[in-house]
Amino acid sequence: MSTTLEKSANQKKKEEAMSINSLINPSMESMMTETKPKPIIEIDNVDFYYGATKALHGITLNIEPKKVTAFIGPSGCGKSTLLRCINRMNDLVDIARVGAGQFRISGVDIYHPSVDVIELRKRVGMVFQKSNPFPKSIYENIVYGLRIQGINDKKRLDEVVEKSLRGAALWDEVKDRLHDSALGLSGGQMQRICIARAIAVDPEIILMDEPCSALDPIATAKVEELIHELKTKFTIVIVTHNMQQAGRCSDTTAFFYLGKLIEIGNTEKIFTNPTQQQTEDYITGRFG
Amino acid sequence: MEHAFSNRPTKAKTTQNIAFWIMRSMTYTIVILATLIFGTIFIKGGSTVFQTSFPFVNTTFLFSKPETLHVVTSDGNKLQMGDKEWRAYSEKNPEAVIEDHKTYVYSAGGIFPCIVGTVLLVLGSMTIALTLGVMSAIYLSEYSKHGLFIEWVRISIANLAGVPSIVFGLFGYGIFVIFFGWNVSLLSGWFTLAFMVLPVIITSSEEAMRAVPKGFREGSLALGATKWQTITGNVLPYAIPGILTSSVLSISRVAGETAPIMFTAAYVVRDELPWEVSKLSDFFLQGVQALPYHIYVVSSKIPQNEYTARVQWGGAFVFLVVVLAIAMTSVVMRSKMRQKYRW
Repeated sequence: MSTTLEKSANQKKKEEAMSINSLINPSMESMMTETKPKPIIEIDNVDFYYGATKALHGITLNIEPKKVTAFIGPSGCGKSTLLRCINRMNDLVDIARVGAGQFRISGVDIYHPSVDVIELRKRVGMVFQKSNPFPKSIYENIVYGLRIQGINDKKRLDEVVEKSLRGAALWDEVKDRLHDSALGLSGGQMQRICIARAIAVDPEIILMDEPCSALDPIATAKVEELIHELKTKFTIVIVTHNMQQAGRCSDTTAFFYLGKLIEIGNTEKIFTNPTQQQTEDYITGRFG
Repeated sequence: MEHAFSNRPTKAKTTQNIAFWIMRSMTYTIVILATLIFGTIFIKGGSTVFQTSFPFVNTTFLFSKPETLHVVTSDGNKLQMGDKEWRAYSEKNPEAVIEDHKTYVYSAGGIFPCIVGTVLLVLGSMTIALTLGVMSAIYLSEYSKHGLFIEWVRISIANLAGVPSIVFGLFGYGIFVIFFGWNVSLLSGWFTLAFMVLPVIITSSEEAMRAVPKGFREGSLALGATKWQTITGNVLPYAIPGILTSSVLSISRVAGETAPIMFTAAYVVRDELPWEVSKLSDFFLQGVQALPYHIYVVSSKIPQNEYTARVQWGGAFVFLVVVLAIAMTSVVMRSKMRQKYRW
């Protein structure tokens, strides 16, 4: 965990690095990246297969802690697949496998046989494209992750419910009907319930798989605002179709096309001055 | 008035009308057949079961054991009575002139042991079938991976569903009655009946599990739940209404099949009621009377006439009511579950 002081120092270094980016040669650039904060997620030359189909080709990228990283790209480009590798949700697909490379979280190879997927998923939460609150009360939805860990202390659960719902900017809307079914909420509220449910188990990383694709603009704005607040506490990786959304709420953007990482960089730079022609074509709406 | 869209007869319309009427009359035929079957049983059987004086149901028929019916002409009076009554009568009137004495087995008294036997058979076999079936369904829908072995398992289940019930009866006789040495007993009957409905229960339970949205599983797993926690906490409860639907159909089959129990569990007649046993293990190893088998016996093994008709129709009527009652219980359970686990 870095202090604010360190952070601002890092920020400063980064800005410096960027301002002189154009002046330095590539070898120096790699030296400069060393000074960035240590990445929490390292994806190292990953190939991924669905059966015989290669879905990801040699993906290498780092994700920094307490930042929002957006994965963008046209449908079928592998961005969701990559996201679902980070908490090993792809394990649920029979024919899916990581063919080569490593995913490391805090330096640990998460596909190593010694890794307990359960522990991994407690630390890497996920919010899905289609909001999936359980058909239980709002309260039971939030405490689900704690109950399965065997925590049933009423006082503790009450605290977590309030904290998580406040964290998801939902407390004031639902505090009077915590014991009503979560399915009675609006689409945007349901998605924020899912976010609250994810933060209730206190993860370090939250993966979001197109969290706003089924929401109207107002609900989307609320979720985006929430993402902005959440990044003070969590590392967020978000997959989105919506480029404005990536532009609005991410710090780093990675552009994927046909299973390959085309470009990754500071969001502002990707959107204003991409280095790759394909990125520019996609962002300007020429395809995808 | 003729206009561009006026209705003119065409060949296509005539064909359509004929087809429609054929289909409609077929549908009506089914309704008529069902009404005839149920109507006959209700009217004829109802006259055995219900009576005009208090308590309006024939308690003797419902709550006593079958007896032999004696039809006699005594001193010129035509009398009908059960075995016990007849013995008392002949002791009391030793000098009465008895003419034209006829006996009909099982035609007096009631069918209580058969009702009890059928209920026991249904409860036991459904417990076994649901336990085995739901476990297999969980394995098939949640744990198994696609492959040759699983294909083979599925083909076996599908084929099992097509096996005639008499074959299950013989199988149960060979395995449970003879090989395991359980003899003709509740236990043999339970397992035979359970195996008979197992394919239906597995298939529909698996479908019920698969119908539970993927999001419930993913959401739970993503929070760090184990697969087992996910299944028991977030999949199975929502599949229970669907599983109960299949069990409603299976109950009628289990209660109604005669072939599987005639070698494995059913006695033509038995003097003791199932709970009249000296030790608990005897409870499971005793044969019972059962309604479908009893109906078969009284309909085919004794003469058909006005003296025997009451027990034949009455048995059929009570049988329908018993099946309906058990099925309704699970329908009610299902709707309670649906209320509780609505999604």
